[in-house]
Amino acid sequence: MRICVVGCGAVGSLFAANLSLLDDVEVIAYDLFLAHVEAINAHGLRLSGAGEVVGHPHATADASEIGPCDFGIVATKAMHTEAAIAATAGSFAQGSVATVQNGLGNEEVLAGHVGRVIRGTTFPAGKLLEPGHVQWDVKGDTTLGPFEPSPAPLDAVERLADACTRAGLPTSAVADARGPQWRKVIFNAATNPIGALTGLTHGRVCERPDLRTLVSGLVDEGKAVAAAQGIELDSDPEALIDHAAKPEVAYDHKASMLQDIEARRTTEIDFLNGGIVRFGREHGVPTPLNEAIWALVKGVEQSWQQ
Amino acid sequence: MKRVCVAGAGAIGSLFAAHLARVAEVSVLTRRAEHAQALERDGLRVSGRGDFTSCVTAADDPAALPDPDLVILACKGTDLDRLAARLAGHFGRATVMTVQNGLGAEEIVRAHGAWPLLSAVTFMSGTRHSDTHVEYVLDTATWVGPNRGTTGDDAREVAALIESSGLRAVGFDDLRPAQWSKLIFNATVNGVAALTGLPHDFHFAETEHDGDLGLLVRDLVEEGKSTAAATGVELAEDPWEMNVLATGRGNRHFPSMLEDVEAHRPTEVELINGSLVRAARRAGVAVPLHTALYRLVRAKEASYTP
Repeated sequence: MRICVVGCGAVGSLFAANLSLLDDVEVIAYDLFLAHVEAINAHGLRLSGAGEVVGHPHATADASEIGPCDFGIVATKAMHTEAAIAATAGSFAQGSVATVQNGLGNEEVLAGHVGRVIRGTTFPAGKLLEPGHVQWDVKGDTTLGPFEPSPAPLDAVERLADACTRAGLPTSAVADARGPQWRKVIFNAATNPIGALTGLTHGRVCERPDLRTLVSGLVDEGKAVAAAQGIELDSDPEALIDHAAKPEVAYDHKASMLQDIEARRTTEIDFLNGGIVRFGREHGVPTPLNEAIWALVKGVEQSWQQ
Repeated sequence: MKRVCVAGAGAIGSLFAAHLARVAEVSVLTRRAEHAQALERDGLRVSGRGDFTSCVTAADDPAALPDPDLVILACKGTDLDRLAARLAGHFGRATVMTVQNGLGAEEIVRAHGAWPLLSAVTFMSGTRHSDTHVEYVLDTATWVGPNRGTTGDDAREVAALIESSGLRAVGFDDLRPAQWSKLIFNATVNGVAALTGLPHDFHFAETEHDGDLGLLVRDLVEEGKSTAAATGVELAEDPWEMNVLATGRGNRHFPSMLEDVEAHRPTEVELINGSLVRAARRAGVAVPLHTALYRLVRAKEASYTP
């Protein structure tokens, strides 16, 4: 089985390194960060933290080197999906392409370039420490399912899930993967930008009753948009939010969007709150709070161009 | 009116004091003794739209100042309670005028003395370069109206005095139409600027694409207009048009709330956004976007302390 991980940042590296340990899988890691590519080819791809792994995928920044693949796993930041799949689509003429990215709308972008698309949601997380070396912060489950308008066959989804699970990344294949995806999107859209706009950690956001009410307002809009599409959430985002606010879980966690803003990196707001607004509009569900938060975070990004 | 005391010598207070000293006997109540000494020694210089230096009497203790006919409370809203408390028991023959942003300044002053009160809003702006030097930037008007124990004629008399000193001012029988126009404008522009880091510039009037900031600004203005209407106030100016006008032709302005959050100072969010949200609640108008803005700015203030 040949698998190309498209976008080998933190999450992509977790998949590439673990999958490369399997005897029956050949992994190609495609990324444009040359120092990372060269380090992987010279010394392997090292994970440390939640698991100690040194994998040996073949890394390249040249899409023409990838060759035909059975599967793609797209793990770029959401704003780079279009460019990444446009460059690599030829390798998946006979294969299926899964997204394990954040936010909404990635599947639609992939389907513009390839015929068989897998909707995915993943919870493992980490950060790139240096070229060739990724810190694995959190283990977690991944859910894969056919993307309904351009579906990969369910048996292909199952083969990919099986490979990931055997590689140490527990993954389930389901007929409808929208529930976990929307649960994660609603969680992220209700908490990430609030931390980003106020500068508060997740725990401090949740302990201010007025702000926690705003978070619930954002959750409610997301739930209404999911319900209008017939999506059943696999668990209540509110419970996740309260769980994460506990001191022993993620009270002190700075949302990734807050980290992005502090480093003046473009955020994924268009695919989180912006995605909820777009899907809401398609299904006639008003989302005024998500729209407001979307505009405010975009305003923050615009302020860097002054 | 022959004797005026300006209490609080920031940019606005300094502009009032230096100009009025050309047509009246002006004393300045400062917070710091050195500031008062510098004013008595060097006078108060105006640059920018004016170029002159005025002589003023100054002290950090109201008991050391001559009894005035008019007191202008020119501090920031966050300092008003403290300043009014210092005046308690002094200046019994004076009329006291507030010029703070937002709503509710008069109520704060009422608690500290029985002076007749005038309400004012000011649209002029200046930059304070030192204790004794202020630059006159925007020559827009100060609007004066009656409050406890005063009439439209009193307001017009004070406005005429201000006009004769070289600043612009208008007196009204009812200040609320002007005060509310500015309240809605300020709550919207200051809140959005403080959260995004954007100065008040063309982004605030952009309405072309989904997620554009101008769409949020327009929705915020609409909530404010509904609140004014339900409160029985007919607006003097449309705050959206004020917004478009202020950001046209490449104009940009750094609202005080943005400067405050960047310097980690307390903001005027209570008098501005808080008073609008509370007025809406009293009037039974739902203002979910202003409520969100108010909560986010307060949370941003909370983030100053780890």
